Amino acid sequence: MATVATCGGDAVGVGSAVATASKSNVTSFQRRGPRVSGTNDSGPRLVSITGTRPSVRNGQLLVSTGLPALDQLLGGGLAVGTVLLIEEDKYNIYSSLLFKYFLAEGIVNGHTLLVASANEDPANILQELPAPLLDNCKKEFDEDVYNHKTPESNIKMKIAWRYQLLPKMEQIRPVSSSRFGHYYDASKRIPQELIEASKWHGFFLPEKISPTLKVEPCSLTHGYIKLLQFIQNIIYEEGFDGSNPQKKQKNILRIGIQNLGSPLWGDDICCTENGDSGHNLTKFLYVLRGLLRTSLSACIITMPTHLIQNKAFIAHVTNLSDTVVGLESFIGSERETNPLYKDYHGLIHIRQIPRLNNLVCDESDVKDLGFKLKRKLFTIEWVQDNYLRQERNIYPPGFSYLLKQKDSAWGEGSLQHSTFLMSFLAKATAFASRLVRHSEPLKQTGSGRIRQAAGPRLWHDGRRQEAPGLLGIPP
Amino acid sequence: MFPELNNLLNTTPDRAEQGKLTLLCDAKTDGSFLVHHFLSFYLKANCKVCFVALIQSFSHYNIVGQKLGVNLTMARERGQLVFLEGLKSAVDVFFQAQEKPHPLQFLREASAGNLKPLFEFVRVALKPVDSGAAGWTYPVLLVDDLSVLLSLGLGAVAVLDFIHYCRATLCWELKGNVVVLVHDSGDVEDEENDILLNGLSHQSHLILRAEGLATGFCRDVHGQLRILWRRPSQSTSQRDQSLTYQYKIQDRSVSFFAKGMSPAVL
Repeated sequence: MATVATCGGDAVGVGSAVATASKSNVTSFQRRGPRVSGTNDSGPRLVSITGTRPSVRNGQLLVSTGLPALDQLLGGGLAVGTVLLIEEDKYNIYSSLLFKYFLAEGIVNGHTLLVASANEDPANILQELPAPLLDNCKKEFDEDVYNHKTPESNIKMKIAWRYQLLPKMEQIRPVSSSRFGHYYDASKRIPQELIEASKWHGFFLPEKISPTLKVEPCSLTHGYIKLLQFIQNIIYEEGFDGSNPQKKQKNILRIGIQNLGSPLWGDDICCTENGDSGHNLTKFLYVLRGLLRTSLSACIITMPTHLIQNKAFIAHVTNLSDTVVGLESFIGSERETNPLYKDYHGLIHIRQIPRLNNLVCDESDVKDLGFKLKRKLFTIEWVQDNYLRQERNIYPPGFSYLLKQKDSAWGEGSLQHSTFLMSFLAKATAFASRLVRHSEPLKQTGSGRIRQAAGPRLWHDGRRQEAPGLLGIPP
Repeated sequence: MFPELNNLLNTTPDRAEQGKLTLLCDAKTDGSFLVHHFLSFYLKANCKVCFVALIQSFSHYNIVGQKLGVNLTMARERGQLVFLEGLKSAVDVFFQAQEKPHPLQFLREASAGNLKPLFEFVRVALKPVDSGAAGWTYPVLLVDDLSVLLSLGLGAVAVLDFIHYCRATLCWELKGNVVVLVHDSGDVEDEENDILLNGLSHQSHLILRAEGLATGFCRDVHGQLRILWRRPSQSTSQRDQSLTYQYKIQDRSVSFFAKGMSPAVL
């Protein structure tokens, strides 16, 4: 009955906190029996860890990745006790940004940080964290978000009314009371006093390795052993494992490991294609995951997977981590000039979402995601929504492109626009009625394509009925 | 345990075949639901189960098991289930020097190790006891999953040897069953994994292969399951018959349907 992340006595607390918090939700994770933290007063003991919330799906305690849009895609957040692996983009620009968001979120919530790096001093990494947009900066934030929104996403959509049902990315506004997931201003540094108030541990590989030390013959590279021992030491000493109860308020340990697997870590997977060499890293990941599973901690790892020669090895690494997110930036690629992607800086691939306490995982229906680093914010949007789907299925070719150009004569609200819509609707209606006359059973599928149904009159009840396609325009 | 899968395999916990090796395999999707199925199936069949869980923690299997109607904690207390939690053991092996060899000793060894300690663990766990108090029907070994062993640096031959030993002891000597999960690497060249997969496909009696849809992600169909029987001596119509079904995983069960016959499409 415990969550994955915790063990022993700790698990009871988390489980009950979860149960009380998710009582109203429809979830199969129900705690039987009385609440353990059973006092009548409102606050369950453990939800009060700042910056965490229980998952409505599997009862797992979640922390934010520091990027609310990404949290949403990962099923609410990153589960405590799991590893988030970021496959770096080619020049490690955006992945290091995600890395910093994750750490900054920890600082804002007062979590303990553990930063490990082989090429940059952790103290410097902390100095470069982005500044949080807290309540006093909220107005500024709103402007930033809504100025960049295309107008048609704000007004009620009339023509593409089917799209009202589509999931919206990046539209949750920061509520001052919610302490889960903050927005950050990438153009500013985090205030010095926040860093000073935070508790962090740095692991800088060159400082930790002493060449004279005699190495116990073991299966791992020396740097990895040192890092594992360092992490285990902190987890044990500060009581992040359930077996050694924390004296004061329970807290979360956020671990960030930068450029894992790069040659600087003393690993040779980037250099050789030899099958043997990768096992250092996989063993490291396995032991690390074992450590995390039994402690109140979450880990982000960025890995230069494009450097790894042996592609099979990436599959092994993916299998051994929990959540895997790939970043693919357009810098230097021919997609940079592709008009389809002109609004984005790259693509974000959600490669794996863990199945925790569940047969199914919280997979998002939306697969084609692009990211953009705006002046201050990192946003994730649905690429295909804007162009391809509309263009292929709803509008005649080119029409959605005209809609996008809000300043042109064809833009939203212009005379041409409405004339076009009228004629378009008339055509669509004529087409639809022709079909209905011939009583061809057609069915609108979720992806927007019209498919032939197997037999006549096979309309099903359920969701589909609520969102009929072109042909089912309600009377 | 998913009743629909039992129907497809034409089996129930009461009359399951013995002495078989079942290979579970997943390509471009997650086949762990099959592991959960067989775990709950054999626990309900009153077998003595040794579960080598390398990929998830005990509480994960326990919570999913409860959804499928078995209680792993109780089974473990009763002695019906012997659970080897790979993640936890890895930490123990790595940070504490052990006197006696741990089942996952190879994690510590510099050279490519072998799986003798793990086999020894399985053998001791499933050794029939004469006391007679526990009336378990037959022993079952379940491994989730073998690909992890390859990832951790073992050679395919070492893993195949391990399975061979397990088969000889369990399937032949004790008339029990072995169920293992292996990932199929798909398009990626992964020599070791291919050796393991082909080697196991060659010797297993039943292959369940879960595949992601070739057309990509779909909300209403999670993948397709191929069932391949490899029965040695039966009428030709029965031999090597292969069946393909599509499936959708729900909260506590999995529904199977013929290809293209998803309720969402019809």
